[in-house]
Amino acid sequence: MDRGQEGLGEPLGPETFLLPPEGERGDDLAPSTLPEVGTEDGGDVRPSRGVGLSLLLPGLPQLLAGQIWLGGALIILWVGLLATVVGRWERVWGAWRGPLDHQVALLALVMALAGVWALSLQHLRRGEAQVGSRRQWTRFWRSFASNRLALIGAGAVVGVCLGALLAPFLAPYDPATQGNLLTHRLAGPSGEHLLGTDQYARDILSRLLYGARISLAIGLIAVAIAVTIGTVLGALAGYLGGRIDSIIMRLVDMVISFPRLVLLITVMALFRPSIFIIVVILGLTQWPQVARIVRAEVLSLREREFIQAGVALGYSRRRILFRHILPNALAPVTVAATLGIGDTIILEAVLSFLGLGIQPPTASWGIMVADGRSNLLGAWWVTTFPGLAIVLVVLSFNLVGDGLRDALDPRLRR
Amino acid sequence: MTGYLLRRLLGAIPLVLGIATIVFFVLNLAPGDPASIYAAPTVSAETLEQMRRNMGLDRPVHERYLRWVGSMVQGDFGTSFSRNQPVRDVVAQLLPNTLILSGTALALAFMMGILVGVLQAVRQNSWVDRGLSVATLFFYSMPSFWLAIMLILVFSLYAGAVWNWPLSFPASGMISVDHAFMGPWERFLDRIRHLVLPAASLALVLAAGIARYMRGSLLEVIRQDYIRTARAKGLPEWKVVVKHGMRNAILPIITLLGLYLPLLFSGTVVVETVFGWPGMGKLMVDSIFQRDYPVVLAGAFLFAVMVVLGNLLADLLYSLADPRIRHG
Repeated sequence: MDRGQEGLGEPLGPETFLLPPEGERGDDLAPSTLPEVGTEDGGDVRPSRGVGLSLLLPGLPQLLAGQIWLGGALIILWVGLLATVVGRWERVWGAWRGPLDHQVALLALVMALAGVWALSLQHLRRGEAQVGSRRQWTRFWRSFASNRLALIGAGAVVGVCLGALLAPFLAPYDPATQGNLLTHRLAGPSGEHLLGTDQYARDILSRLLYGARISLAIGLIAVAIAVTIGTVLGALAGYLGGRIDSIIMRLVDMVISFPRLVLLITVMALFRPSIFIIVVILGLTQWPQVARIVRAEVLSLREREFIQAGVALGYSRRRILFRHILPNALAPVTVAATLGIGDTIILEAVLSFLGLGIQPPTASWGIMVADGRSNLLGAWWVTTFPGLAIVLVVLSFNLVGDGLRDALDPRLRR
Repeated sequence: MTGYLLRRLLGAIPLVLGIATIVFFVLNLAPGDPASIYAAPTVSAETLEQMRRNMGLDRPVHERYLRWVGSMVQGDFGTSFSRNQPVRDVVAQLLPNTLILSGTALALAFMMGILVGVLQAVRQNSWVDRGLSVATLFFYSMPSFWLAIMLILVFSLYAGAVWNWPLSFPASGMISVDHAFMGPWERFLDRIRHLVLPAASLALVLAAGIARYMRGSLLEVIRQDYIRTARAKGLPEWKVVVKHGMRNAILPIITLLGLYLPLLFSGTVVVETVFGWPGMGKLMVDSIFQRDYPVVLAGAFLFAVMVVLGNLLADLLYSLADPRIRHG
């Protein structure tokens, strides 16, 4: 969360006239920020005690201070990570000499542990630092954090991302290795296989964890491609106008009115399906929505006073567009991107389900759902759990997207 | 009005042509030889060459393209490779099936979606609203193929074989095996029974999206001054919502109709495949796997035309519902 905000916030800082021009700066919030933070931190004693507690068990001070959600989440995360280290000690220990994804997992594990600590400590320390720092982001964060569903969604997204990264440590079995076909074929959920096994006696939980990598990676990269293309083209169309605008928008109309799945199926069936092609095609068919949003934003922004101020100051057109207009147009893009990740994950699942996406034996949620179809009556778990995983992830991204929209849209702010 | 319609239809021609062109070149530049799929592996090189000539695949791409466009304009979509039947006949057989399925799903989706959305907006922030919000988001986040399989699992397999419910629905096809021996009324019921699960799995996902929009739209309208006026006049609440509020709140939902058509088509592709429903979506998937180029091209073309027409329809409905918008 934090890093995303920083990335977006960067250009906003130095140009003071870039702050929203409608007089919506946090005059009403600023006074109330001070006393609340003051009481939270109390005198000299509590911060140091908080730091000690925090080092011992991150989240405990927050929990004691009555912030059940934040504290609880931090503690659960911390305990879960530690349990991973202890429970899978051999794998974690051997990871730095192991294959690349084990090394990445080790790195992720260390960073996650450090991150939980840092978050807990930073939250304690924020009292003094908060006043002068980016007020916009504080306002945004407060608005977002007051939406409990969005927070749950964000937590679930973080959890799934960690699960995917730490899959080599967390997965109880190898995702592609067949188990004992005589004894463990299509075994129901049990202590040995928490979510059961499929028709090749492979552990479903392990395959789910590895499948999360595919889904998340494809969702994130495809959306990144779409956002990049869409933002650039949309901004050019909106800012330059004229013939360029009409050409770009015709293109947008064309791509948008094309049933995406039909194009995807066609391309995937004709070329040998590979992750690379899936990602590129998914990205190349999704940018028009972003382009439309950006164009509309740019059109309204370029008439604003602060842009005219930039023109009067003699800034170049490129500088005005990329430094002053685009950063302010990014809020709705963030929302569209978050919601788009969910759509992309579903589309990838559909393709894999039809046999046109990820190819076996690589674990993908779509394939896993398809695998279970032949034994639906006898082994419901083979189909049910991967589908639930898709719903959970997409739902989380949608919750975050909804929360972002509510927090970023000034009209909805209360 | 007529002028507007004409202009829109003319404007759609390059769009549809562009889409068809893209599909044509993607298909034709892809590796793989359709002729070799339909020939036995032992066939001689000359026979293969002859087959290629019969399919018209021996010509250079640009020539094929021009021929294809030329014949398409005349309404001739060529002959299906896999079925040895004019594409037009194949489509004429299967298109009605898809229209039955998607039409039912669309009607169901809008009815359910609008109903749920209004209920939520009227009871804003109540438990009903929150529960339905989570429920709609849940269905909204669901891939329709999984929902379809889950519906089959519960209402077809378990309901029929395990729990022995009095009512269970067939899991595949459009009609039962003994359809031909049924009376007219039973035939109708049989078709309905086959329609229930596919239509539901399409409609539930769509309805969730519609409900979300409906709620937001009605909430925005209800906050306006003229609604307060209507309440102040002493009108009953249902009249305020239905007659005054809905009139404005329904507008964005109408645009959704145009927006949801492509979604509906991708939905039918998946759902028809899962349920073995003999429609355009299944035809497309099968044809792509069989490299049946003429059918794929015709299908893509048809999808594009329907999407464009759907958008036009949505615009027209929009002006019908909102007298302030007039297309001149």
